[in-house]
Amino acid sequence: MAEPILEMRGMRKTFHGVTALSNVNLTVQQGQIHAVVGENGAGKSTLMKVLSGVYPHGDYEGTIRYQGEECRFRGIHDSEEKGIIIIHQELALVPLLSITENIFLGNEQAKGGVIDWNASYVKTQALLTKVGLKESPNALITNLGVGKQQLIEIAKALSKEVKLLILDEPTASLNETDSDALLELLLELKRQGISCILISHKLNEISKVADAITVLRDGATVATLDCKAEPVSEDLIIRHMVGREMADRYPKRTPHIGETVFEVRDWVVHHAIHPERKVIKGVNLHVKRGEIVGIAGLMGAGRTELAMSIFGRTYGQNISGKVLVHGKEVDTSTVQKAIDHGIAYVTEDRKGYGLVLDETIAWNTTLANLSAVSRNTVVDEGKEFGVAQDFRKKLNIRSPNVFARTVNLSGGNQQKVVLSKWLFSEPEVLILDEPTRGIDVGAKYEIYTIIAQLAAEGKCVLMISSEMPELLGMCDRICVLNEGAFVAEFPAAEATQEKIMRSIVTSGVN
Amino acid sequence: MASTTPETNAPATSGGMAFLKSNLREYGLLISLVIIMVFFQVKTDGTLFQPLNLTNLILQNSYIIVMALGMLLVIVAGHIDLSVGSVCGFIGAVAAVLMVNYNWHYVPATIVCLILGGVIGAAQGYWVAFYKIPSFIVTLAGMLVFKGLALAVLEGASVGPFPPEFQLLSTGFIPDPFAGETLRVASLVIGLLIALAMLIAKVRGRADRAAHGMENEPVLFFAIANVIFIGMIAAFSYQLASYKGLPNVLVVMLLLMLAYDFVASRTTIGRRIYALGGNEKAARLSGIRTERLTFYTFINMGVLAALAGLIFAARLNTATPKAGLGFELDVIAACFIGGASASGGVGKVLGAVIGAFIMGVMNNGMSIMGIGIDYQQVIKGLVLLAAVCFDVYNKNK
Repeated sequence: MAEPILEMRGMRKTFHGVTALSNVNLTVQQGQIHAVVGENGAGKSTLMKVLSGVYPHGDYEGTIRYQGEECRFRGIHDSEEKGIIIIHQELALVPLLSITENIFLGNEQAKGGVIDWNASYVKTQALLTKVGLKESPNALITNLGVGKQQLIEIAKALSKEVKLLILDEPTASLNETDSDALLELLLELKRQGISCILISHKLNEISKVADAITVLRDGATVATLDCKAEPVSEDLIIRHMVGREMADRYPKRTPHIGETVFEVRDWVVHHAIHPERKVIKGVNLHVKRGEIVGIAGLMGAGRTELAMSIFGRTYGQNISGKVLVHGKEVDTSTVQKAIDHGIAYVTEDRKGYGLVLDETIAWNTTLANLSAVSRNTVVDEGKEFGVAQDFRKKLNIRSPNVFARTVNLSGGNQQKVVLSKWLFSEPEVLILDEPTRGIDVGAKYEIYTIIAQLAAEGKCVLMISSEMPELLGMCDRICVLNEGAFVAEFPAAEATQEKIMRSIVTSGVN
Repeated sequence: MASTTPETNAPATSGGMAFLKSNLREYGLLISLVIIMVFFQVKTDGTLFQPLNLTNLILQNSYIIVMALGMLLVIVAGHIDLSVGSVCGFIGAVAAVLMVNYNWHYVPATIVCLILGGVIGAAQGYWVAFYKIPSFIVTLAGMLVFKGLALAVLEGASVGPFPPEFQLLSTGFIPDPFAGETLRVASLVIGLLIALAMLIAKVRGRADRAAHGMENEPVLFFAIANVIFIGMIAAFSYQLASYKGLPNVLVVMLLLMLAYDFVASRTTIGRRIYALGGNEKAARLSGIRTERLTFYTFINMGVLAALAGLIFAARLNTATPKAGLGFELDVIAACFIGGASASGGVGKVLGAVIGAFIMGVMNNGMSIMGIGIDYQQVIKGLVLLAAVCFDVYNKNK
């Protein structure tokens, strides 16, 4: 075999003490389609950012050899010059510019600073033919569907004489026809000698096009499979993806499950911007007193959209369906109404949606239930202080006092403040969206303990998480959401990571 | 977790200096006002604090301060209102037409003008709040519209004079039953009572905090700060009392100041405005009706702009098409000098008031010193820049 086009050895990268990559090796042969798979957080995106120079040389350990020479990229510009182009999951196109303008953005066909639009136009036409798109080069990006936009991204990559194309979840938001067209294009590019790294969760697509598969888990390469030598079964891939030791990372709890308290029926939600797209397609769900129900699913499955649309319709439009609390239909059309009916939603994005970072712990704690600490709309700061002090003690928030600004707290402590805020609104139903995202192992255990405590107090907990072990460790029942619909439900005793993963990756096929 | 730092439950035992350092912005503002006052007092050979000049200083800045109260809330909510100057002029024009041309009584005319201000605020706030059109653009449009309407209402000419009762709003003083010849005793007594009331409120607030086990500023610091503060108010009211007494407009201004400071810092609606500006998404997810709240802040701004327009018209005793020109810049500058953040969520009502006084004292002092209007503008611009730079530097430290 010829020399590999890319060889990454011993890649290591940490963020503020949290290890993202611990030991990754990746070898891509010339003209190969190489799939990289792994759970959310396994390190796929970080690896690609290291490769494309987003994290410059010196920010990580390990060596990158590309086309036989060692590379030390200082930025995306360096890697693009060598023909390594990455297409991110969130497309980097400017919606109100034309196809031509987007393709040559930052790479304008210009002489002395003056753009030669005719040359750009002709070149764009040639590129569009190459990717099989029949659109005018003058069409605006905003008028194209996501599938076509994805092809424009590839055309843009081709315009830069790409040698190694990296696609991050290219088919995540595409329908089947568009996905097939894209995969077909990848095979065509391969015939022209362009190598490709494909990051995907969809194993059926991978087995269609990939020549080799590298499986990442917890920031390390756990297997490299050669699809040419022997057919690789999905089972094998799944086992490699999830096969980790389940240590004692969760508090022991004996569930006391009562009657059904919270119910959602026939919930349908349309996309917030594209009303013709259904994001949630008729979901039914119930949670009993003292029960922890997990919602598993991949990114983009619609989990946060489901939660936020229930909580005061803070996501989506044309929402239909019923929400019932204690068997009675309730109106959750505004956040205040949802809170009044005992529903609380702890966001996955605590900095963006959870906290007013400039303000103190005490201030944030009472924000969702100010009337409880005020008389005739005047806030009783002494009472507020008492409340915040109680929660600080109860949830073990580490700070000098409750007047510390939340911006200065660690992720785990910030999460506890957000939890305090929602516990103070005295909910019966708690929807926790990624409650342990981005916090370290010790703090995670504390959050788990709090969740277990809440369930023991008789609250209904709906827990959304991308970390399957966390769901398996905490939940009494796990529902699997994929593409806006529940595809499976397991009691805790029967659920395994393999089963969950299988229900996701096979749901698209059936 | 064993690795994290242990809890420090006891309040940090900080001395006066440490406390001053951590509250540099708040006290810094007050200290710079004092420094600026002392500077001009010396440079103008004592003219600045002469009773007549002090009274003028207040009258000259009253309408700016009234508007700064509303503007602060708008800025804290994350918006801006460029139309206040024009609205101010427009309302003055309407008041003049009603009272002079149509001979309305001043009470209904004033009420109609204030309501009209609220309607104007609502008309602008509607687009900002519910249609998410940037406030900069909406109020820029409003600025042009109301400047034009003022011209139209007055038909290009000045209208006046106002009925004498209406003029009292700006030119009147608190009546003096003791009929003091050289010293208005009533005014002095009221001034001292206000100082006393504020002192009691502060001591009680401190006791309340202590009762809940909350941290307080060091005793010595508290004492010194309050003695200076009370002394200043006493001296201030003595000076005013030895001229004509407390101006009516000062009383209006003081009441509004106290009310707005209370609303902003102590009530739930104030809280919600800060939350809205600090993180709109988090505020919305906490059950705050962000759109309605934005709408209300603009209505409030409109009413205060109308009040300022009335005060200004009463002071000039005539409504002119040029009234209110450029006021919005002074008002916005006062808020930013007073520590408000352009990105919203940060700012104090008293800060904006002090900011307005800093601008006012500089205007007044430089005029007395004979500095031309050209360099006055240059200096004020640099002061604004310096104040905001100081804020940013403080934040990044």
